[in-house]
Amino acid sequence: MKTSFVLGALAVAGLAAGAAYAGTLDDVKARGTLNCGVSTGLVGFAAPNASGEWEGFDVGMCRAVAAAVLGDANAVEFVPTTGKTRFTALASGEVDMLARNTTWTFSRDVDLKFEFTGVNYYDGQGFMVPSDLGVSSAKELDGATVCIQTGTTTELNLADFFRSNNMSYEPVPIETNAEAQQQYLAGACDVYTTDASGLAATRATFENPDAHVVLPEIISKEPLGPLVRHGDNNWGDIVRWTLNALITAEELGVTSANMAEMASGTNNPEINRLMGTEGTLGEMLGLDATWAQRVLAVGGNYGEMFEANIGESTPIGLARGLNAQWKNGGLLYSPPFR
Amino acid sequence: MGDVSFVRTQTLPEMPPPVAEQGIVKWLRENLFSSVASAILTIIALWAVYKFTAFALPWIASGVWNTESLAACRNVLDGARGACFSVLTERWNQLLFGISYPAEHYWRPTVAFVLLFFAAAPVLFFDLPRKFLIFTGVYPFIAYWLIWGGTILSPAIALAGIIMGYFVYAKFIKSSFAVAFLGGMAVAFIIWILSGYIVPAIAPENPFFEAVPSRNMGGFMLNMILGTVCVSLSLPLGIVLALGRQSNMPVIKIICVFFIEFIRGVPLITLLFVANVVLAYFFPPDSNIDLILRVIIMITLFSAAYIAEVIRGGLAALPVGQYEAADSLGLDYAQAMRLIILPQALKISIPGIVNVSVGLFKDTTLVSVISMFDLVGAIRGPILAATEWNGVYWELFMFASILFFLVCYSISQYSQWLERRLATDHR
Repeated sequence: MKTSFVLGALAVAGLAAGAAYAGTLDDVKARGTLNCGVSTGLVGFAAPNASGEWEGFDVGMCRAVAAAVLGDANAVEFVPTTGKTRFTALASGEVDMLARNTTWTFSRDVDLKFEFTGVNYYDGQGFMVPSDLGVSSAKELDGATVCIQTGTTTELNLADFFRSNNMSYEPVPIETNAEAQQQYLAGACDVYTTDASGLAATRATFENPDAHVVLPEIISKEPLGPLVRHGDNNWGDIVRWTLNALITAEELGVTSANMAEMASGTNNPEINRLMGTEGTLGEMLGLDATWAQRVLAVGGNYGEMFEANIGESTPIGLARGLNAQWKNGGLLYSPPFR
Repeated sequence: MGDVSFVRTQTLPEMPPPVAEQGIVKWLRENLFSSVASAILTIIALWAVYKFTAFALPWIASGVWNTESLAACRNVLDGARGACFSVLTERWNQLLFGISYPAEHYWRPTVAFVLLFFAAAPVLFFDLPRKFLIFTGVYPFIAYWLIWGGTILSPAIALAGIIMGYFVYAKFIKSSFAVAFLGGMAVAFIIWILSGYIVPAIAPENPFFEAVPSRNMGGFMLNMILGTVCVSLSLPLGIVLALGRQSNMPVIKIICVFFIEFIRGVPLITLLFVANVVLAYFFPPDSNIDLILRVIIMITLFSAAYIAEVIRGGLAALPVGQYEAADSLGLDYAQAMRLIILPQALKISIPGIVNVSVGLFKDTTLVSVISMFDLVGAIRGPILAATEWNGVYWELFMFASILFFLVCYSISQYSQWLERRLATDHR
């Protein structure tokens, strides 16, 4: 009897697993919540506030997808993941999508069998120095001592940068970002290097941020984006086009403020297609016509989300830089809604 | 010249002892300034204490308690040195109960925590009436119901299974321990498996206590849950493993030795990763076994292996005459162990067991690496990543150390009391 019970359980489990991979969209709808993997905490990108609600730029991405699929931006189960657990959480089906400042690389896309659905933040490695040092470019850092987190790609990027510029440096190996902040402030190193968004967030916590400058050079490419599992292209499309809807809305000037007006019909056919008053784009995704309206109702378009969470009005104060629209000299370029 | 011999006719009045031989001076001379070296060390220590106090006290005293963010704190301090305790007043609930435990239900884990003292008292202080143990037996189910909420049927049926199992055990224990033990287990499992089908069908739609999913557990509450559950489960398991390792039956002995050596050879973090990551691949999505349960199992197995070794030390310390005495009384194995061997062996093992327990309690913070927001995880993750509080370290980690110190110090004090209470050798 015992054996048959175990076999039965295995069979049920197998069926359930098979069914689960049949369609993430159906699963999410049946469950009524979106399981979204986020960081355990990254300033401006994902962190719970005092009342336990998750906020941030990556969190906004999860809420946008939930709004598109379920019509409720709060129907999200946020699953905090560390850098080590994030990929297994996604691969095992514990989360439906991952929006966790994850760099899009070849091996993650191909070897780990994930599908990156776009880039929601273009990051890159930068340098921060005290203003007293009188340095205005990373090219002037010959002979500097550099605080660097060990075992990361930043370490390798740093070595490459200094070698290709024929400069020398003295590394001060550091384990965590918190430790790095302390060491840098204590003067153990002239330069602190990590991702530019991290530098800005770190600098914002200093007692006297104006005494430190982030140098203009960015020495690596870190395109961060949401990702889903291989094998469910429809679900991947939904996440991809949710991100694209946010970007396109900014390009077309649709904001949370003027959305109601835009939704009632405009002369611009692309806005109409985006808003669902023309064409059947939502239907093709397996959603309804007004899906993009709900996406934009959550936190506005890409620019509004950026400004509210990490932009220049926040303590983090990131400039748009590479993350500006392509018309403004940035890299954000959504394929057309057609 | 006359005779100058002198005889004192009355006793002298009692003199106080010399100044150097009494009171504070004597104590100082003996304890702090007994030699040149110790005098120097005393002065250095005093200087260090003074320096530290002069550094830390003003920092604490001028602390700011009621601002909205670190930046506001610094505005209030206006360049002066001072702590920013506002982070504690704003986020104390997340530090104690986790990020997303519903605020209107904070009283439930609090009640469970208070009841813990009543449940633990009869186990810890055996001078109390034995009837109180009934509450101890029921407590885990009450606590589960309070903290997790949901239908009362689940904990009630779990309890019913154990009670029925105990009745079966009590019925057969006279004839054979093995039959009674296995029979009891079988009955309990049958009840649990059957109820697994029945409870979901008859559970009320809106239970008396709103159910809180395990994912929302966190803060110091999670450390306390993991600590108490794992210590209390790993102690009996450790005893079984220790006895198994000494067994004459080769299969049991090999299993126990292999288990203990394997677990002791693997770091706890590895086991936690297995619990979190690898097990997820074996279960279908959505039917995941509760993460806290997985973690409890792993930590329990881990500490059971260590406790087993501590207890084996206690068993080995007993003279072989004790075993022979038990045999000569005609006691069977279970009786000999229960009445003669284990009481003595456990007494010897107390310091070691307490050591493992304290270590285990602190090790529960390791769950932060598998993205559970226990006290340390909540500090390192969400709170330090909040835009308002990024950059506050000392205040938060001080708070965490104080909480852990309180618990660990109480455990250590209790164990010293226990050793004194159990001391039967007249030293």
